[in-house]
Amino acid sequence: MTRSRSIGLVLLLLLAAVPLAGPGNYLLHLMVMALLWSYVYTSWSIMGRLGLVSFGHGAFLGIGAYGVVMLWNHWALSPWLGMPIAVLLSLAVAWVIGLPCFRFKIVGHYFALVTLALSEVARLIIVGLRDHTGGSLGLTPKSDLAAGATMSLKAMQFADKAVWFYIAMAAWLLALLVWRAVDRSMSRLALEAISEEEDAAASIGIDVTRTKLRVTLLSAAMTCIGGVLIAQYQLYINPETVSGISVSLQMVFGAIAGGLFVMLGPTFGAVFLLVLSESLRVLIGNKVLGVDITIYGLLLVLFIIYMPKGILGTVQARLVGPGR
Amino acid sequence: MSAAPMLALSCVSAGYGSFPVLFDVSLQVRAGESVAVIGPNGAGKTTLLRAISKLIPLTGGHIAMEGRDCTAVAAHDIIGLGIAQVPEGRRLFPRLSVEDNLRMGAYLPAARAKFDQRLEMVYALFPRMKERRAQLAGTMSGGEQQMCAIGRALMSGPKLLLLDEPSAGLAPVVVQSIFEVIRKMSAEGYTVLIVEQNVQQVLKVVDRAYLLETGRIHASGPAAELLADAAVRRAYLGV
Amino acid sequence: MDQIFDIFFLEAVLNGLLLGGLLALLSLGLNLIFGVIDVVWICYAELIMVGMYTIWWLHTQQGVPLPLAFGGGIALLAVLGAALHQFVIRPVLAAEPINQLLVTGGVLFLLQALATVAFGVEFRNLGVRIPGVVVGEMSLSGARLVAFGMAMVAIATTYLFLNRTYMGTAIRAISQDRAVMPLMGVDASRVYLLTSAIGGALAGLAACLLVLQYDVHPAIGLSFGPLTFLICVLGGLGNLIGGFVAAFVFAQFISVGGFFLQLEWGYVIAFVFFIATMFWKPEGLLSKRAGR
Repeated sequence: MTRSRSIGLVLLLLLAAVPLAGPGNYLLHLMVMALLWSYVYTSWSIMGRLGLVSFGHGAFLGIGAYGVVMLWNHWALSPWLGMPIAVLLSLAVAWVIGLPCFRFKIVGHYFALVTLALSEVARLIIVGLRDHTGGSLGLTPKSDLAAGATMSLKAMQFADKAVWFYIAMAAWLLALLVWRAVDRSMSRLALEAISEEEDAAASIGIDVTRTKLRVTLLSAAMTCIGGVLIAQYQLYINPETVSGISVSLQMVFGAIAGGLFVMLGPTFGAVFLLVLSESLRVLIGNKVLGVDITIYGLLLVLFIIYMPKGILGTVQARLVGPGR
Repeated sequence: MSAAPMLALSCVSAGYGSFPVLFDVSLQVRAGESVAVIGPNGAGKTTLLRAISKLIPLTGGHIAMEGRDCTAVAAHDIIGLGIAQVPEGRRLFPRLSVEDNLRMGAYLPAARAKFDQRLEMVYALFPRMKERRAQLAGTMSGGEQQMCAIGRALMSGPKLLLLDEPSAGLAPVVVQSIFEVIRKMSAEGYTVLIVEQNVQQVLKVVDRAYLLETGRIHASGPAAELLADAAVRRAYLGV
Repeated sequence: MDQIFDIFFLEAVLNGLLLGGLLALLSLGLNLIFGVIDVVWICYAELIMVGMYTIWWLHTQQGVPLPLAFGGGIALLAVLGAALHQFVIRPVLAAEPINQLLVTGGVLFLLQALATVAFGVEFRNLGVRIPGVVVGEMSLSGARLVAFGMAMVAIATTYLFLNRTYMGTAIRAISQDRAVMPLMGVDASRVYLLTSAIGGALAGLAACLLVLQYDVHPAIGLSFGPLTFLICVLGGLGNLIGGFVAAFVFAQFISVGGFFLQLEWGYVIAFVFFIATMFWKPEGLLSKRAGR
């Protein structure tokens, strides 16, 4: 086993041991959020690094979140069953949007704008169905925890944050494995070829449309599952935080701020954003609404201008040196 | 020789990034003269004109216009000095009409005032352009586009006209008519600097010529002399 | 079935027409910027939001007469547009297009948040009533009529500017061949700056017209931003005439769709129509540019 592999394994074991060390609810909560959002950002970046920058992943997050909660609340359908249904719907949406875009080489600006509109339409639909979704007021899954119970497997509700920690960690690791699998299933050259020079890629036999579509569907499905997990963990969702432009842009920013072409980049981005928003919340509190997002927006602008490779990406490039 | 030359390049070097193309090029164009720069592909002829128009920066040497150093002048101010270029490949605005292209040639405030009279002059020189004044420039033939491009450069009333390979990509018959136009302009007293591949034709319409090879001037002299020169004839006229 | 030929249906169609004019103005600014500079201002709607707040603040909080408040809004946005280009877009012009999208995305957040900090999340109303017009049994909003009229004037003015002036011709030219512009004495970066200012001014005008009809709040950009993008894409990004036509088409979907169902569904239907069109004619209904 190589040295970096063993170091990685040790770190993972340390991470897994955290809940056992009794870190307290607040810290556990932060870590669960970090892991869940790392999972989501990594799911997004599977597409993003191919140059398929979607500004609409909030739609898939929302389908997952609202899908399972509504199915549970209205038809007592367990989230374990609701999840595949939500995933199927996400796949359908991703296919309908992706196919014309890829087949007709709609990329770049067009793709970004279309997906942007998609996330807003998803949010509008959620708000429009207010009788079922609670509209802007949000939605809470009906509790299946009888007095004193700490978990209901059927309802995917676990009161103990440590349980969620392991669930989130498992999901996160899975996302990293998928990221690596996608990375390896195509040679590096092919990946870059598809993102930059479609005709060249096609000429060496890569079915560009099919590849792009497959990656898109995968990314959409994974993000959808992320929505499910977030909904079940937080036990409260509203259209602004799990769908719409805001969360979609956050995904893009998080993945890119961390480093889009590095496996742990999106994770880094998620942790960075979380630390940022928590510190701002602590420092400034809720007294002045919106200051945290102000700084956030400012940072995004500055990042793109001065550090387009993201934090991790820039660090890596510096370490490896030019000529990479 | 009382007046300074219209254009004087002294020891000019230029290139693209870390790829140098011109080395120590010195040449002169006197007022009223027509001068050609000939040479093989890749010699740096187009680079020369781009350097004069400041589309690329100089890495060494000086350029002077009528005795005044203009090495530090920015690209978009060059036309204000009276230097207009007809770029390689015509470079018309394809989705603008012929007349709008000509209008762009008169963008300079000083030229706008004289727009109407200059437009008449260009239309008199190129009657075909007047016919097609509302047509989109990109839909015209190569020869027509060349006429329009020359017309566009003339709209600013330049003192010095730079032409970059005006015969490139044109049918022989069309090439004839283009050189006829150049000969006419030269006879009317325009100062012209032409860069050309078509050695045979261009040496018949200019007064003097320079031979540029691999970024350096290798020969110069009256056009007739170069035309008769054995080395030139062997290399460029297949004789 | 009689309902289809209802007078209120006609009213919806007419309202759709009026809405179309406004949307056409919105798409004009965005298309101009993209057609000339090749950048999409994701924060375009948020700029308009800033304009709306400015006008509201000047008029209701500072007692500035309405025409002056309008002028202030337009002027401020022209400056903001130029500033956006100079400080945010220019540094990333040479980078990949995604960076340009992201950087304006960041400005979107920034503007929304600044508005929240400055004015809070409550809905603010300009408090100006323009009397409506009654035609038979239909009542048409006065504000909408005014907005339509002003939008048409602005569009016509812009058209004349682009086609009959030197600067306008230069703006059209630079999108076709930027490299050759210096040969004609045109400073390309100056043209970009001016175009950005014009884009900002058009947004400012849109703000004037919108603030007459709607309350302003920090997230209002989300109500028409994505819609504007869709309209521009449908008409072919950068295609001014395409955007004009697409605006009216979309407006009909929203108005008539909203007539039969709730307003949100009008947007959804418009989006579905948009996706369907993408399958059929992906480069946009009237696109002159191939597969951007």
